[in-house]
Amino acid sequence: MIHILKTRLLKGVVTRRIDPKLTRQIESSGSELKSLILKKFGRSLHIREVDTGSCAACESEIISANNPIYDLQRFGINFVASPRHADCLLVTGPVSKNMLVALKKTYETMPGPKFVITCGDCALNGGLFKDSYYVEGAVKDILPVALHIPGCPPSPTAIISSLLAFLRNIS
Amino acid sequence: MVSPEITTRIKTVFPGFTAQSVRKPYADELSLKVEPRDFKETCLALHKILPSPVMMLFACDERKWKASFAVHCVFADFKNSQWVIVSMDIGQDNPSFETLAKSMHSATLFEREIWEMFGIEPKGNPDLRRLRLHDEVWPKGNYPLRKDFKVAQAGGLSDYKFSRVEGEGIFEVPVGPVHAGIIGPGHFRFSVAGEPIINLELRLGFTHRGVEKLFEGKTYTDAVNLSECVSGDASFVHSLAYCQAAEKISGVTVPVRAGILRGIFLELERMYNHVNDLGGIALDVGFSFPHAYASIIKEAILQLNEKLTGNRYLRKVNVVSGVAQDMNETKKQLLIESLKGIKYDFNELVKILNSSVSFMDRLDSAGVLRRKTAEDLGVAGLVARASGIPTDLRKYFPGVYREADFKMATQESGDVLARLRVRISEFEESIRLIEVFAGKLTKTGEIRVSPSISEGMALGYAEGWRGPVLYRLETDAAGLIVRCKIVDASFLNWQGLSFAVLGNIIPDFPLCNKSFDLSYSGNDL
Repeated sequence: MIHILKTRLLKGVVTRRIDPKLTRQIESSGSELKSLILKKFGRSLHIREVDTGSCAACESEIISANNPIYDLQRFGINFVASPRHADCLLVTGPVSKNMLVALKKTYETMPGPKFVITCGDCALNGGLFKDSYYVEGAVKDILPVALHIPGCPPSPTAIISSLLAFLRNIS
Repeated sequence: MVSPEITTRIKTVFPGFTAQSVRKPYADELSLKVEPRDFKETCLALHKILPSPVMMLFACDERKWKASFAVHCVFADFKNSQWVIVSMDIGQDNPSFETLAKSMHSATLFEREIWEMFGIEPKGNPDLRRLRLHDEVWPKGNYPLRKDFKVAQAGGLSDYKFSRVEGEGIFEVPVGPVHAGIIGPGHFRFSVAGEPIINLELRLGFTHRGVEKLFEGKTYTDAVNLSECVSGDASFVHSLAYCQAAEKISGVTVPVRAGILRGIFLELERMYNHVNDLGGIALDVGFSFPHAYASIIKEAILQLNEKLTGNRYLRKVNVVSGVAQDMNETKKQLLIESLKGIKYDFNELVKILNSSVSFMDRLDSAGVLRRKTAEDLGVAGLVARASGIPTDLRKYFPGVYREADFKMATQESGDVLARLRVRISEFEESIRLIEVFAGKLTKTGEIRVSPSISEGMALGYAEGWRGPVLYRLETDAAGLIVRCKIVDASFLNWQGLSFAVLGNIIPDFPLCNKSFDLSYSGNDL
């Protein structure tokens, strides 16, 4: 016990100070997000992410939204390893021909009720890649999409605020 | 005739060598044009004397104006700070050439790529399965990089043939394309005997978007944003390599200040990715605290990027002929101050990692890629340096790095620990380099000039955090892109992973994979 206290005093505060503006922004969106998720989903919202040919920047930002600064998980949003555990499918990328079957199968595997969110400009309409011979195009032509998060890539705060605005409107 | 030295050296290995032409279009490029019958022997001779693996092997469709296809093979000549490009023309009827892959493994994937994209057959190559145009969805006989390709014609579909290991008690574990994490898609097929992996076959191409074809027809000043989206976590190095190729063609000299700023941003990109990988390696053995710590550092660098350039991934910074974002004194101070905090945090992170015996023990001798294997496969960049191969474009080509007395980090053991240590050394070196670069930055100065439109071809290259990124760009008189060939280090290194995991157990695969941390989209294009 004395050892722990001693180390604690010697080390001082090791947590990082975050920009107060950012903190307020995350906290206010976050607490509203949390209460909405509690009310509308019972307890938490589980998301499965699928990359259909993105450049990995969207993935990087989704991972960033889960880092200790933003920490989406504390507001009740979990990213899960299997579509069978998910309420929501988060799709990035312009849907490469090779990923079409995998995308459909992932969606089919999810138990209902379920919905789809697209993330990043490519997933909206193919973005920069829409004229390619190997791109199927908009995710909304393949699956029913409930929300699009714009950006190339969308920042973690954009992901959080888009989710919040969306959850306010669903019943 | 220019540079007879290299031709004399080729003749010592290949006495019958004659070149149709030897040109030196740029100070860092040497172009040898040979007859198709001499192509193979010339390439093998260069492979042996330089020594260099195939850095790039690609075709161009020139049937419209020359009634032939051109095939180019690029080697690195580090001693003379130049690239050696061997070229030949192939007749347009039943185009084919003799395979290089049987004598030089590093040509294998490139030959498969030429076959699927152009329909030029590398005769004698035992493996002509398609890499990116999956047999299940893309009909046979459609070659998208040919100039006359418009839309895919109907044709036969088939299944992909995985290489199989057979024997008593051997079973297969298929994984992917959709993985458990938030990560790109790829299919891994393990053949396992008991615990150890005895074969790993990678099937990639799931994120193929036809990037090289999309470049064609764009003006070369406009295509920068496309290069930024080839591999999102390496946006800056891709746009840098692309811009360098375009700048060589247009003949502009990039202002000194822009060169320094590019150095700073390139190192910032390396830093956020390296620290992300340190955290990832820790997480993949279940050590989650350093991962959280590392992601805080990564976030700090991303936020710094945003404050400096307005973009977390350093996009919209590079333009052909310089950079679009200047760094004033306030920003420079911010950079230097932020680096101090980042450096402190990073040292703490390294201390945490080093003081965990079980963590280090888990990394030690896991996923070994031997130097000989790495050399034969033509592995490049960070992975090669961890296997003891001294290769780093920053070291061997003139520029801001040479002036800053850049020190290359290498390790000998080729295991996960070696790759971790190379990352740590490179992160520390990056901080030092940025401090040196920032010191050289004067208060104001020119950051871009206006490029002129011209016709030509050139190779752009930069050492990204994974390794070399190469762009071979060809434009016409109107400044429109005729062909853009891209090689990301991932394309050269994925094969290395399938050898590094042999003998390891499947639960160690994520660890080995993370220690390579290769790009799916950069590989699949």
